[in-house]
Amino acid sequence: MAYVAVKGGERAIGNAHAWLEETRRGDPSLPALSVAQIEAQMGLAVDRVMAEGACHDRGLAALAIKQAQGDLIEAAFLLRAYRTTLPRFGHALPLETGAMRIRRRVSATYKDLPGGQVLGPTYDYTHRLLDFALAAEGAPPPPPAPQAEAPQEHAPHVTELLAREGLMAREAEARGEPADLTRAPLAFPASRAARLQNLARGDEGFLLGLGYSTQRGYGNSHPFVGEIRQGSVTVCLMPPELGFEIEIGEIDVTECQMVNQFHGSKAEPPQFTRGYGLALGRGERKAMAMALVDRALMAGDLGEERTAPAQDEEFVLLHSDNVEATGFVEHLKLPHYVDFQSELEVVRRMRATAEAALRAIAEPAREEEVAE
Amino acid sequence: MSHEPGSPFGGYNFAYLDENTKRMIRRALLKAVAIPGHQVPFGAREMPLPYGWGTGGIQVTAAILGPRDVLKVIDQGADDTTNAVSIRRFFSRVAGVRGTTRTAEATIIQTRHRIPETPLTEAQTLVYQVPMPEPLFRLEPRLAETRRMHALADYGLMHVKLYEDIARHGHVSTAYSYPVMVGGRYLMSPSPIPAFDNPKMHRMPALQLFGAGREKKIYAVPPYTEVRSLDFEDHPFRPHRADGCCALCGSTTSYLDEVLTDDRGGRMFVCSDTDYCEERQEAAATAAPASTTPAPETEGVA
Repeated sequence: MAYVAVKGGERAIGNAHAWLEETRRGDPSLPALSVAQIEAQMGLAVDRVMAEGACHDRGLAALAIKQAQGDLIEAAFLLRAYRTTLPRFGHALPLETGAMRIRRRVSATYKDLPGGQVLGPTYDYTHRLLDFALAAEGAPPPPPAPQAEAPQEHAPHVTELLAREGLMAREAEARGEPADLTRAPLAFPASRAARLQNLARGDEGFLLGLGYSTQRGYGNSHPFVGEIRQGSVTVCLMPPELGFEIEIGEIDVTECQMVNQFHGSKAEPPQFTRGYGLALGRGERKAMAMALVDRALMAGDLGEERTAPAQDEEFVLLHSDNVEATGFVEHLKLPHYVDFQSELEVVRRMRATAEAALRAIAEPAREEEVAE
Repeated sequence: MSHEPGSPFGGYNFAYLDENTKRMIRRALLKAVAIPGHQVPFGAREMPLPYGWGTGGIQVTAAILGPRDVLKVIDQGADDTTNAVSIRRFFSRVAGVRGTTRTAEATIIQTRHRIPETPLTEAQTLVYQVPMPEPLFRLEPRLAETRRMHALADYGLMHVKLYEDIARHGHVSTAYSYPVMVGGRYLMSPSPIPAFDNPKMHRMPALQLFGAGREKKIYAVPPYTEVRSLDFEDHPFRPHRADGCCALCGSTTSYLDEVLTDDRGGRMFVCSDTDYCEERQEAAATAAPASTTPAPETEGVA
């Protein structure tokens, strides 16, 4: 084989992308998926892309999923790269999740409570049996689900009920403008706002694994699901030039508040502490995992010993972002032959030194043999 | 920022970033130039290219690029590697600037893993893509701790690492990203350039800017700044290259890539800097038009 300098990278890229587009479309004899179909029927994928793409726009998330052939990390990346070009015109007031229009709300700490338990559209308690009927084309849509008659009563947060009794630590309300990860780099120790923002955008799988590890002894937490709620909340903004708040829209979120044991310290009596999780859309697994990790990260502030990965702020926050992680892991496929060449030279040089040393030991020994 | 489909540069602002973001990056750059070798945190944006693929360098280039600039982009010393092509294409699309492969013609050179062989001038700026800006990260992964170490110029850990290398192997085993001291004060990662390139940074007439997008850091080496590779009096720093000459241009001083030519140990060496190599081949062809370029020789392994 003769050496051929690799040229024509531009044409190769163009051809590869043409092939990618053809592959993405798949068998042209089948109808193309519409963005509306993805948005309506792949709703949980859309929600995950919105959460990790940090942009609440179902239509754009569905488009990203279509463009990415269903690769949700790639889709989140597409959405992020779009989001970053949008102007930032302010920050919303804290969401009033206590006033959520609830679709689902469950508590594991109380059998019944104000607002009640609302199962909502959940996979919980389904039997995971493949439904072959779904494979049939042209089946009629399912009949509408039965609806509750009574209007929903107000559902206060479980943690608020505990806090009123003094059993749950109240958290200081943050004043002023919250940190914005998209404008300023993370600094350590990070503020709670920056931490929660990071976790809310974080990779579901990463947070799930970390949350799971806290349940298996890596960082002791004794969590109860105080409550999970999912539904729509109003977003309000207070433009400084107006001086009063205005409603700018409504978004779907999932919120999880974990209630955790805390044995108390010299300064504080024993009480419960909270781990908080919030995800855009329906992201219950993500919100729960986030709440576990949020609580684990409080170890330092609560004077608990930090021994586990989930309690290590830098470790968690700097590795939770899947757009960052996928970029850096996958950059390993870029050419590295300059660095590899320098490694080759070093290894060859070190081997030469080691072999010379071995020879120096072996040769006097041979001379002795000859002498005998 | 303009998103109108009819506007130039594919609906984006000149060089993609909006002017406020550019201003933020320029402020970080000014601070970085004022404190040579010190890592300045900046609000790196999400770019339409993946993290780890040059987003830091791209943001720095975008912040300093003007319409009359001539841009060269290299990866592994070559202009035609796919990622270099992709980044050059990005800037021709969103800024419409002229691209070049000629080192001497470029006003801005964005690079990954190499410093060009042709010496740079005061009229040029070299922008490095940096994966890990922290030179101490293999020894101390906690950023809060490394920040303290930089503040106190507490670099003993790195000296101990080099000492242990020499004690164990007789050589420093770091072949690339070889740490340097800038202006006698800050320990700095030169980015993963081979140690062979380190001496080129010392008192370089061109401004050297470093962008790490994922790690959200910018740092700089102003023109004519002292840049010393770490070493010991009895074990001075020595840049290494493959012991051979380029099969295409015959250079015995350039940094070489090893190319495998068969599966029986056949190999050859060629310049990693493609522009340098081509210019030498052209010069040789003009000087002696009758003779052709020497046929690539392959050597077997003994």
